[in-house]
Amino acid sequence: MAKQSIVPFGPQHPVLPEPVHLDLVLEDETVVKAVPSIGFVHRGLEKLVELKDFKQYVYIAERVCGICSFGHGLGYCQCVEDIMGVEAPRRAAYLRTIWMEMSRVHSHLLWLGLLADALGFESLFMQSWRLREKILDMFDLTTGGRIIFSVNCIGGVLKDMDSGMLVQISRTVDEIERELRPVADTFLRDVTVGSRLNGLGVLSAEDAKGMGAVGPMLRASGVPYDSRLTGYAAYGDLSVEPITATAGDSMARCEVRIREIYQSFRLIREAIAKIPQGDIAVPVKGNPNGESFMRIEQPRGEAIYYVKANGTKFLDRFRLRTPTTSNIPPMLDLLRGCQLADVALLILTIDPCISCTER
Amino acid sequence: MDQWKFTPFLHTALKNLFSRPDTVAYPFKPAVYPDRMRGHVVIQIEDCISCGLCARSCPPGALRVDRAAGTWTISRFDCVQCGSCVNACPKKCLAIVPGYTTPDGEKHTETFTRPPKPDAAPAQPKPAAAPAQPKPAAAPEQAQ
Ligand code: SF4
Ligand code: SF4
Repeated sequence: MAKQSIVPFGPQHPVLPEPVHLDLVLEDETVVKAVPSIGFVHRGLEKLVELKDFKQYVYIAERVCGICSFGHGLGYCQCVEDIMGVEAPRRAAYLRTIWMEMSRVHSHLLWLGLLADALGFESLFMQSWRLREKILDMFDLTTGGRIIFSVNCIGGVLKDMDSGMLVQISRTVDEIERELRPVADTFLRDVTVGSRLNGLGVLSAEDAKGMGAVGPMLRASGVPYDSRLTGYAAYGDLSVEPITATAGDSMARCEVRIREIYQSFRLIREAIAKIPQGDIAVPVKGNPNGESFMRIEQPRGEAIYYVKANGTKFLDRFRLRTPTTSNIPPMLDLLRGCQLADVALLILTIDPCISCTER
Repeated sequence: MDQWKFTPFLHTALKNLFSRPDTVAYPFKPAVYPDRMRGHVVIQIEDCISCGLCARSCPPGALRVDRAAGTWTISRFDCVQCGSCVNACPKKCLAIVPGYTTPDGEKHTETFTRPPKPDAAPAQPKPAAAPAQPKPAAAPEQAQ
């Protein structure tokens, strides 16, 4: 047996902006085991429900993560609405769906950029993020923020989109779709990109299910599961089809995300075409009492929200299980047997968000 | 993948070489903000009734309202531009307007004092931590 050595990886690493720490047990250049430790960006946000009332907490929930911020606000609001027996108006549900899909485009483009950066393909990275800016501009236009939107509230949304904004969004979506084509083509067909991603980190469908992978990671292994199918917000009215691939390798995960961007464009257009007129929020009286559980499909995978209320304005408990938490066990499995040079790339293909995970 | 290409990116890269930059040449050109941009909170202090609802709704606790002195104080460093106070205010005298406040090296607060009403003149306000602003809704650069 070759001599084993332990190489610490992270929490600060040139490839990954996320503060994940792994102890890699190596035999020569091959990883035989990866031991994770997390907790570098723990902020105690779940505990804050005891200090901030349930309406203030919407603004804290969306600050769990900078990329999934809209979804976290939405998941939390849906839980509290469920407890209080309030239903957001249809227009609010559609607006939430549009914002949610815009978040997905923004998250996946961000991920594509990070992947290109990890491959050392700087101009591809710049092109991906250039496209992402266009979506961020649309967020800025409609919500007043690029990353933190503060538009969700218990009972609906705080800001409406007028028809001019909706037209502008669909025009931007058309533009990004056009400009994404050569970028997507590079990711999926370029020989150099393919030589790094093809066959790297294959996760079988059984392993993906058995270890609880979620989101694009699960779907890239061929499991057609997408929690948007549960029909929260306005997804019930739209045609959502889980995007799957069969190979289960890094290229498949990349492909699923790229196809999901196109799917989001379609969903945004469909929602804009179908959006009804009406109110955007219903008034909410009293305090919540009871508990609720929600799952929503964040760009990185399924996130689970749990709220327990006691009839006062302070909640008993808020619990959030983020997609990265469930994707860490399969990731460790993928790392076993890979080459040291591929470690960063493999970690990246799960699209980790450590700040979500540690809250 | 069915077919592999050697230079799928070449066209984009060449085009990029001869196109204008996508970024704005700030500070030589002004930054353009949309109308809804959440830059900073302003108050129309004449309309404020010192009810304190804004301070109670503020998640980071950036606001202080003194009913007796008729002052409204914001800690610009603590404010996260969430807009909770704007929605809570019954008199609609708060607003979030585009444009950031000037960056600063130390924490400071801004205090606004309600001008005395001609009929019922309240007691003279106590001297606050920061100098009182005579023009409450002034632009951030001047308000600092
Ligand atoms: S915008 Fe939010 S953080 Fe700022 S003062 Fe108002 S409530 Fe507080
Ligand atoms: S909520 Fe409005 S009226 Fe009440 S203290 Fe605050 S700014 Fe003044």
